[in-house]
Amino acid sequence: MMKKEKIAGIIKEQKQIATGIFDLWVTAPTIAGGAKPGQFVSLYTEDASKLLPRPISICEVDKEDGSLRLVYRVTGANTGTEQFSRLQKGDTLQLMGPLGNGFMSELPGTALLIGGGIGIPPMVELAKNRMDKNLIVSGYRDETFLQEDLEKYGECFVATEDGSVGTKGTVIDAIKAEGLKADIIYACGPTPMLLAIKEYAASAGITQCYLSLEEKMACGVGACLACVCGSKEKDEHSQVHNKRVCKEGPVFSAWEVEL
Amino acid sequence: MRSLAVKIAGVELKNPVMTASGTFGSGEEYSEFVDLNKLGAVVTKGVANVPWEGNPTPRIAETYGGMMNAIGLQNPGIDVFIKRDLPFLQQFDTKIIVNVCGRTTEDYLEVVERLGDEQVDLLEINVSCPNVKHGGIAFGQDPACLSEITAKIKKVAKQPIIMKLSPNVTDITEMAKAAEAAGADALSLINTLTGMKIDIHRKSFALANKTGGVSGPAIKPIAVRMVYQVAQATRLPIIGMGGIATPEDGIEFMLAGATGISVGTANFYNPQTTEEVINGLASYLEQYGHESIEEIIGAVK
Repeated sequence: MMKKEKIAGIIKEQKQIATGIFDLWVTAPTIAGGAKPGQFVSLYTEDASKLLPRPISICEVDKEDGSLRLVYRVTGANTGTEQFSRLQKGDTLQLMGPLGNGFMSELPGTALLIGGGIGIPPMVELAKNRMDKNLIVSGYRDETFLQEDLEKYGECFVATEDGSVGTKGTVIDAIKAEGLKADIIYACGPTPMLLAIKEYAASAGITQCYLSLEEKMACGVGACLACVCGSKEKDEHSQVHNKRVCKEGPVFSAWEVEL
Repeated sequence: MRSLAVKIAGVELKNPVMTASGTFGSGEEYSEFVDLNKLGAVVTKGVANVPWEGNPTPRIAETYGGMMNAIGLQNPGIDVFIKRDLPFLQQFDTKIIVNVCGRTTEDYLEVVERLGDEQVDLLEINVSCPNVKHGGIAFGQDPACLSEITAKIKKVAKQPIIMKLSPNVTDITEMAKAAEAAGADALSLINTLTGMKIDIHRKSFALANKTGGVSGPAIKPIAVRMVYQVAQATRLPIIGMGGIATPEDGIEFMLAGATGISVGTANFYNPQTTEEVINGLASYLEQYGHESIEEIIGAVK
């Protein structure tokens, strides 16, 4: 049996790409080797007062180089993410992964890849892995990031709350304003956005709609039952109407979960 | 070869190290990280007579040097547990301790009776979950209630019973003595301490349940003190827990009087903790020239 464990990754580079948003490349060959779009890693602080792992989505994978790109938001002063943001080239970072199921990138047809805020990063690796047409819609409060990366793999559309870039409003407003049509939806972002996307998919008749959910986690490996979401049918593992975001997810069909 | 073996209620464990209920799933979830054959015992997540949905999310929050949880004893129920989870655990060379939860006395008795014919070594009775209104906490905070349920379970149980005590009481020795007098075979302590965390930006509680059980290294001194007090007050073997993350932590509990030691919250951030504690115990015996780990149990008076 292959033993899973936490490993020490080596920081390749890190830079800030927008207010509070950091872009980190870490060398971790055992994780990069098996990573799929939409999976996540658990990052551990070196601070004994902050014990729990921070689940961070995988933005990009370089399998040849054995490295991972993580783009994350610093959530405030004296937080674990703030500590990660201070890491520099050559420093080590404890991490475990890849965790979760990830997106099915191989589905044929035109896809809408919809990211909101810090839900945008996983769309880079997903877009890169897809063979068919990508329509990539990103929603920001105001300041944009990762647009140059996304433009390499599809046609990009932006929505901002203040209208400073692209469509003023939500990602749904942008989809409607641009008249975008697709066979598949992949989305990651805040719950209100995912709810709106689920409604939009239902009204537009897009049955292949996959949402990546977020919930507070402790273990990240399916043991603690902290990060559950409501499921439409009784779940096989839990025997109740609950699925584990870290294990059965984070990506679910929109129709199998209750947001 | 120095011996790490200990005996709890007549059951011999190859070493005192086990997993605290609720932090290790059914064992399967961590089997890719830990060689379960090395553990003294696996203590499963609490199981009830029927599946439980648990509490709304958020169910956890980080606290300084620890965490708070209000999972609400979500579990798949005894039927699936016996059919799926137990056979998985039975493949390994480790003792199996099933944690039993319930809302009423009848719930507990049903689960205990169902487990009677199964290959299970010990039962741990959770009468101390702070996160479920009728999750047994009433049984664990009143000596008369604790005594009554202990006696009733003891009457139907085919395996030795371990009563898991709540620290959310004025005097834990009173609870320990009540359980002992009613026929408990062992005690485990402590369950989590009831706490609260407030999100100052959202102006709301961090947990949907408002309160949760605090665990992790931050609560260790309280747990060590309670283990010591209970060790002085009863003759029952004690499984000590509360913030064990290193071999040194585990040794402290044993010196205070614990026969077994459980790793809980630490599994979440270092899945290798149990193995590290086992290795550390062996080195400690070597360092101080003890032939057996039993020599250090309750050695500090």
